[in-house]
Amino acid sequence: MLTVFVGIVFAFLMLPLLVVFPISISSAAYLQFPPPGFSWQWYQRYLNDPGWIDATIRSVQAASLCTVLAMGLGVPLSFALVRSRRRWVRALDRLAAAPIIVPTIILSIALYGVFSRLQLIGAWYGVAVAHTVLALPFVVILTSAGLRTFDEAQEQAAAGLGASWFIAVWRITLPQLRPSLVSAAFLAFVSSFDELVLAMFLSGASMTLPKKMFDNIMMEVDPTIAAVSVLQILLVGVCLGLTALFGRGALATTISR
Amino acid sequence: MSSRVADARERLLLLLALPALVLLLGLFAFPVLRLLAMSVEGGSLEYFEKAALDGLYVSVLADSLRIASVVTGICLVLAYPVALWLSRAGRLGLALGLFALLLPFWTSVLVRTYAWMVLLGRNGVMNRMLRDWGLIDAPVMLLYNTSGVLIGMVHVLLPYMVFPIYAALLRVDPDLGRAAEGLGAPAWRAFTRITLPLSLPGVSAGCALVFVLSLGFFITPALLGGGRVIMISMLIEQQVREFLDWPFAAALSAVLLAVTLGIYALVGRFGGKSHLATP
Amino acid sequence: MRLSVQGIVKRFGATTALGGVDLDLAEGEFLTILGPSGSGKTTLLKVVAGFEAPDAGRVRLGEEDVTEVSPRQRDVGMVFQNYALFPHLTVAQNVAFPLEMRRRPKPEIAKRVTEALALVELGALSGRLPRQLSGGQQQRVALARAVVFGPRLLLLDEPFGALDRKLREGLQLEVRRLQRRLGLTTLFITHDQEEALVMSDRIAVMNHGRLDQVGAPAEVYARPATRFVADFLGESNLLEGEARGDAVAVPGFGPVPVACPPGPATLLLRPEALRLDAKAAGLDCRATGRVVETIFLGLSAKLRIRVEGGPEVLARVPLRPSTPPPAGEGATVALGFAAEDVHVVPRG
Repeated sequence: MLTVFVGIVFAFLMLPLLVVFPISISSAAYLQFPPPGFSWQWYQRYLNDPGWIDATIRSVQAASLCTVLAMGLGVPLSFALVRSRRRWVRALDRLAAAPIIVPTIILSIALYGVFSRLQLIGAWYGVAVAHTVLALPFVVILTSAGLRTFDEAQEQAAAGLGASWFIAVWRITLPQLRPSLVSAAFLAFVSSFDELVLAMFLSGASMTLPKKMFDNIMMEVDPTIAAVSVLQILLVGVCLGLTALFGRGALATTISR
Repeated sequence: MSSRVADARERLLLLLALPALVLLLGLFAFPVLRLLAMSVEGGSLEYFEKAALDGLYVSVLADSLRIASVVTGICLVLAYPVALWLSRAGRLGLALGLFALLLPFWTSVLVRTYAWMVLLGRNGVMNRMLRDWGLIDAPVMLLYNTSGVLIGMVHVLLPYMVFPIYAALLRVDPDLGRAAEGLGAPAWRAFTRITLPLSLPGVSAGCALVFVLSLGFFITPALLGGGRVIMISMLIEQQVREFLDWPFAAALSAVLLAVTLGIYALVGRFGGKSHLATP
Repeated sequence: MRLSVQGIVKRFGATTALGGVDLDLAEGEFLTILGPSGSGKTTLLKVVAGFEAPDAGRVRLGEEDVTEVSPRQRDVGMVFQNYALFPHLTVAQNVAFPLEMRRRPKPEIAKRVTEALALVELGALSGRLPRQLSGGQQQRVALARAVVFGPRLLLLDEPFGALDRKLREGLQLEVRRLQRRLGLTTLFITHDQEEALVMSDRIAVMNHGRLDQVGAPAEVYARPATRFVADFLGESNLLEGEARGDAVAVPGFGPVPVACPPGPATLLLRPEALRLDAKAAGLDCRATGRVVETIFLGLSAKLRIRVEGGPEVLARVPLRPSTPPPAGEGATVALGFAAEDVHVVPRG
């Protein structure tokens, strides 16, 4: 009975993901289910519309920069949070986790105020930097979790064998943290790529993909959005698969922590 | 001498933390505090009075709390069995289960919300199926009302409930349940007396997480509510975008933030804190 | 190379881990620091390796003062308690690591790694990852890694702690042979007194952050400088008595003719020096007692005996097939010892 119930819940979870596939290849001109026939037209429309393509490119750019920044700032921060012997430094992990605790709408209008002054509204890198604030907690949580289980004696051993601290970290520590780091980078990328609320306020006229999708849904429910959705689901699926492959269960570990 | 080496180490670590701290202070702490400061602009509490006394805004806040509670309740009912099943599943079951949870979890909220619009719409999949089976004559309104918002939000937030409970259940030594059964307890008694109480920290963490996230939810109610369901975050957005009423938006933000932090503090006190930081 | 440690003090907050430690190791010497856990021996090792900076005191290697030198420039090989092998690197990569850090040319690295692995008889496993090795093999990789770059000093931090008894006995001898062959000055840490006795040129016994005694194993065993050393190293009977003139009066045994300044005195009598029944006849000091417990240990037996009018003592008697079994519980026995088998434990 438990299994049946769980099966129904899983079906409920998967249903919306599955339903966009048939719609995306529908030959109908508007939303219709089941689709009357097969056609690639919505994918073609997506690919031929500069608005969609620009938005996609902008989102990929922002997500990439966000990933680089979040990793570049978050991994060193994790070392400080885990390794410092000072209590106040360790207590900074509260600050690092705060952006995912504070509701995004609050952060969004707060940053909207600041970014308008700085005239950063509409700049893709502005969005990327704002997304970094949101992605940083993921990176710090995953990296710190990995670091805490890492035996620091290995760095001492490396130092005793002649390595400087940076070399020891680079050659010994980071390679062993790879599962956590891969997962962290994936989360950072996806969290930025999917993020809408911050982008709504900050992206202005140069829309990111989620913003474009949001507007599209608000205006007209046409199956182009289904095609975009399918592409996005596939992208996440591939990323998830890659992470499972190279992240060796760090995602699952984080969940069960 | 030893303190000198330790100092050098601490200095290096602080240096590593510095760029991230600058970002967090400059683009998180400062903007948020600046926003909150706006709510008491001119040293008056008039904007808080507006939020607390105007029936319209009070009802939005009440609605938000009500929806958040209902979403939390539904998520708990759905998530606990899933977590229990996962904690007892074999390798294949676990892999499939995690996939079924993680793929939607990481699919954009927007995509999922759109899919629900397709499913629940007036001429959507659900209505068509129900009509084809002869269960209804006229289409049922599933979209652009509270039920649509609830379905969409539960779908988005369910994994946030499953993961902490699953984590708590994993920590329960399965031998405990076996021991209880060995001592003569029937399986369901072993569950209610041993496993369930031991998993409560995960339950409270999951509930807090889901409640807090639903309270601040924006996208799903905005799209699935069709303007008929207003939640506090939508109100905040409206105040900023349409009325440019920053101080009032700031006051509403302060209220939302206070409730959020209050709930975290409450749960933190009961020992579920470690789960909260985990997505 | 010579190691000289002078006046090392190390505090952690309010607790003093090392309270002024002096120690000198001659070139090629194998010295063991023996002490219970928490006595400060690992801290001392970390100070010597450079992982902890002392609050006072100097560390010298040969003529060079290395107190301020960072661990990576000390050229000290160390085997960690849990080996600290790099799990993502193969055996050969682990051993090559210190050479790479020293920017040795590739052919030289290959040659020296091969030699080092041959030295610990692991040449065949060079491509394996640490987790694919047994505990003893891991320990040997750690050893090869610690010696491959020709360190000035070898530090071993309880390297046999995680191994089972049989394996550790074999490895103890192997490490000792290797150390002699390479002529490496070695500082070894253990809490296992048997291990210390087997392996060392000299033993330094550590207690509460201080060295109670430094000396050859036989000397430390036979003439412990403090009560703590007497008690910690081997089994012992510590007989309390009163010294007057040329003898110490021990309850139950009467006067024991040993030189000792007047006042309360503690005498160390090893269990194997205590003779029973017929063998007790004619010895300097004799008593009678009742056997409280008899424990068979294979080649010997251990008896707990309550001495009439005196303390409870431990005796160890050798067992041979030809000898009659030792007295059972409740039996009355005669016991005695020779005055020259007794060591007066200095007060302090």
